[in-house]
Amino acid sequence: MAFDLFLLEVVISGLMTGVMYALVALGFVLIFKASGVFNFAQGVLALFAALALYDFLAEDGWFFAVFGFTLPVWLAIPATALIMILLAWVIERAVLRFLVKQEEIILFMATIGLAFVLEGLGDLLFGSDVKPLDIGIPQGASDWLLDNFNLYVEKLEIVAAATAAVLVTALAIFFQKTRVGRALRAVADDHQAALSVGISLDKIWVIVWSVSGIVALVAGIMWGSKSGVQFSLSLIALKALPVLILGGFTSVPGAIVGGLIIGVGEKVAEVYVGPLVGGAIENWFAYVLALGFLLFRPQGLFGERIIERV
Amino acid sequence: MFYRENGQFKSSYSADQAIFPIAQDRVFVIGILLIAFCGVPFVINEYWANAILVPLLVYALAGLGLNILTGYCGQVSLGTGAFMAVGAYASFKLVGFFPEVNYLILIFVSGLVTAAVGVVFGLPSLRIKGFYLAVATLAAQFFLIWLFNKVGWFYDHSPTGMITVRPIDFFGVRVTGPEATPAAKYLFTLTIIATLTLTAKNIVRGRVGRSWMAIRDMDIAAELIGIKPLQAKLSAFAVSSFYIGVAGALYFGVYLGSAEPLEAFDINQSFYVLFIIIIGGLGSILGAFLGAAFIVLLPVLMKNLMVGGFGVASGTAGHVEILLLGALIIFFLIVEPHGLARLWQIAKEKLRLWPFPH
Amino acid sequence: MNLRKLTGVAVAAVLALPMFASHANAYELVIPTLDYRTGPYAPNGIPLANAYSDYINLLNERDGGIEGVKIKHVDCETGYNTKKGVECYENIKNTAPSRALAVQPFSTGITYQLIPKSSVDEIPIFSMGYGRTSAANGKVFPWVFNFPATYWSQATALVQYIADQEGGMASLKGKKIYLVYHNSAYGKEPIRTLEALAEKYGFEYRGLPVDHPGQEQKATWLQIRKERPDWVLMWGWGVMNQVAIKEAASIRFPMDRFIGVWWSGSENDVLPAGEAADGYLSGTFHAAGGDFALHDDIRKYVYDKGMGAGDRDRIGEVLYNRGLVAVMWTVEAIRNAMKIHGTKEVTPAMVRDGFESLEVDEARLAELGLKDFTYGIKITCENHEGPGRVAVQQWDAKAKKWSMASKFYEPLREITAPLIEADSMAYAKENNVTPRTCS
Repeated sequence: MAFDLFLLEVVISGLMTGVMYALVALGFVLIFKASGVFNFAQGVLALFAALALYDFLAEDGWFFAVFGFTLPVWLAIPATALIMILLAWVIERAVLRFLVKQEEIILFMATIGLAFVLEGLGDLLFGSDVKPLDIGIPQGASDWLLDNFNLYVEKLEIVAAATAAVLVTALAIFFQKTRVGRALRAVADDHQAALSVGISLDKIWVIVWSVSGIVALVAGIMWGSKSGVQFSLSLIALKALPVLILGGFTSVPGAIVGGLIIGVGEKVAEVYVGPLVGGAIENWFAYVLALGFLLFRPQGLFGERIIERV
Repeated sequence: MFYRENGQFKSSYSADQAIFPIAQDRVFVIGILLIAFCGVPFVINEYWANAILVPLLVYALAGLGLNILTGYCGQVSLGTGAFMAVGAYASFKLVGFFPEVNYLILIFVSGLVTAAVGVVFGLPSLRIKGFYLAVATLAAQFFLIWLFNKVGWFYDHSPTGMITVRPIDFFGVRVTGPEATPAAKYLFTLTIIATLTLTAKNIVRGRVGRSWMAIRDMDIAAELIGIKPLQAKLSAFAVSSFYIGVAGALYFGVYLGSAEPLEAFDINQSFYVLFIIIIGGLGSILGAFLGAAFIVLLPVLMKNLMVGGFGVASGTAGHVEILLLGALIIFFLIVEPHGLARLWQIAKEKLRLWPFPH
Repeated sequence: MNLRKLTGVAVAAVLALPMFASHANAYELVIPTLDYRTGPYAPNGIPLANAYSDYINLLNERDGGIEGVKIKHVDCETGYNTKKGVECYENIKNTAPSRALAVQPFSTGITYQLIPKSSVDEIPIFSMGYGRTSAANGKVFPWVFNFPATYWSQATALVQYIADQEGGMASLKGKKIYLVYHNSAYGKEPIRTLEALAEKYGFEYRGLPVDHPGQEQKATWLQIRKERPDWVLMWGWGVMNQVAIKEAASIRFPMDRFIGVWWSGSENDVLPAGEAADGYLSGTFHAAGGDFALHDDIRKYVYDKGMGAGDRDRIGEVLYNRGLVAVMWTVEAIRNAMKIHGTKEVTPAMVRDGFESLEVDEARLAELGLKDFTYGIKITCENHEGPGRVAVQQWDAKAKKWSMASKFYEPLREITAPLIEADSMAYAKENNVTPRTCS
């Protein structure tokens, strides 16, 4: 295999992996942007969504036990989305409502508590086994590319990239063109001002958590198809953090671009530098890379400029 | 009624500036210390020492360290696990090099080593703030752990990368390993922690501590009144890392006895200590202890209650335990976002008035 | 109930805990387990724990315990977490009346924790096929047993299997054998052995670490795709296994040249990959499948009475059988202890003796309803590893079944013995242990 082709392969794989990270990071960004909450539970939300989806599809789930039939994929996904919306509403009612105006770190801690609750609940409801999730996303390498160009690209990741593109476009339209989207942006800019023009904060929070829950569902589907749905799915949140700091906590395009940079950076480092120092460097390399960017732009690549006044 | 400072007049500045200006506080703290030093060692058994009190003290110390950085100086860090690892590995290597030197000195030096490492990783804090800094400290977390796992010198080239503490005597009394008596382990840890807590209390109410708090409250304003952010932030990183390093050395040496970097000092450890100080109360010495008690005792309590008390299957109990822990965290944050230490303060206010409402 | 009362109950429960069953009437044999039904490794921990519980229930129901003495099963949830493991161990070790007769930590980290404690607490540790490999040296580790085979023996067995496919040990020369490993103490275990083997037989070895949890292994598999090793070995655990098998299939790495350790060869690991996993190999020291006489008894005496710990149709999965074989040997060791000490009220120290002279031959296995399930073992004072034989099993994705693909290989002791000696002696020196003499 030619050397360049391999580099290309590494870069493509990195880009694709980056998209997968970005899917998780997107959920963080949405919530942080609208409410200033660093939602640690995002990974667990993805896990929870995937578990719920599996439940609708499988014969050993609650849904089958209660109704005696399973849902087809095209129905199961909206049904799960409904569950996520319901969950967002419950979270707002039971947690966020009481913590308005608290410091960021307190809200952050509350989402950690939330992560614990969802983790325990997910295990109690759905069991801890590995659940193979198959909703018809093609798996394995793309044969056409592999046979004709000797280029290895994973089909699942092509689907993920396409989905991410659709998702981001949809989000952009939602933010720019719809009433709710404008309201969301208003809240993100200034809570007080938004309240004064009659935007209901409670509603906005439910909406933003719902959207984020649906993004988590997409992330859960992609990662769950890759490794089966299991507890470890919640740990992907950690891989989204360097993406977040690189792209900025408040920028949707930042999450995508940050994901791509981190993805390519860590893969190239692991493949080309890893062998020289013993391997497994991608985890810390992602953070060091992000840290490097931060030193030049302390608010992340696309973050809003921090202006401080005394 | 019982907690009232009426009639306690101070006639000198030094009396007015004492650590515990109120007599009841003094009595209370001395009482706790008396029980901890003279009562508990006689009744302690292995379960209480190894599973509850030693981890509680170690985590309280780590929490204290992080609280100096996060609670007092406002710099959020998620590198605690790695800094504990630095302390642990430093003590491991030092004991290997100088087996005849007093263990206490080696632990102290391990703390200093950690402080130096902490300062290096604290440098980005001069430019990066808030959650960005928190995630940036994760770079330290992942890099240091990788280093300890990869470089054979750190773990004496053992085939698995596991480090195991050697049996160490402290003035003739075994304090590490399985042969150490529960009382010896407990007292050794307690002594170090009591001393360091007293030191911390004094640091934070002195000039250095006040400069940290100024930085925390608003760093630009602090700079304007003549506090150097470089000195303040880096000194916070140094002192905090020193405490965390000592905690790490004790965590490895006295509590666990053996450790592998990816499990014992992973990112969860960093989060765990952060929980402790948020639950306990940011910017409070007492908070670190209350938070550690909450996080260490509560799961054990819930488990024993469910499995031992109500006969719930241990697996189910595990799930319920994490669910309840999460719910309790949320509950306490809603009830009192400033942590358990603040609840304690409110309780004291109430006591002052009790039994008369006004 | 008001808050104060609740606190009172809670405190009382905790205080009462260490002396929990102190008022039991008849003598009971305490077998503790450190389970993990929660956390990232729960999918693997559950079948192991279920098997332990089912077998103990079976003995209590069918035979009234061991030689008529009831077994008291104490379980404690560790979540595969060392700190919780410490709490669990301290909690269960003195369970009345017999104290913990043998501890099975089911975690490398917890095993390392407990090894120094075992000789002080005088409780034997049975880390079956995991834990510290050099504990095979009974002279230094009298209280630790890791039969029937260690990771190092397994590494030599897998290399022998490779040699057989390639046409003899001599043809290993110039071959590339890579290791994909969980970047932890557990995953690093085989490295020394493989390095020694590579040197001796002239194959090229390289290790590729994967960090916990191992959901993203693209970089690892790209390197394998580029360098095209002839064989890939894997020391993986949890989600890492499933992802690795899928990635290997994606880059079209031949599955029958991809061999996992025995902890990377369960149904959990191959099922998510579907058809693509067909032909995947893994080490093992016991059969898979639920058709043995013992399984029938478990269904009859345990599951039919509604006392089963898991799903009936998951009896016979690889990790379930692994749990069974572990508890079976533990029980046999207790039985042996009863025989040599002539008492039914055995203590942990007696059970240690029972382990050390344990001999379970094929005939005894057949009696237990496990004919051809695994091989016979014989433990001695100096050798706590026992026979160390390992076979290779293969996954059939259509039939969804594991089947034996090779004979049981004898370990290459000329490779492992010096490594074990060196590592155990290093431990002895650090911890001031004087190796005992075995005569």
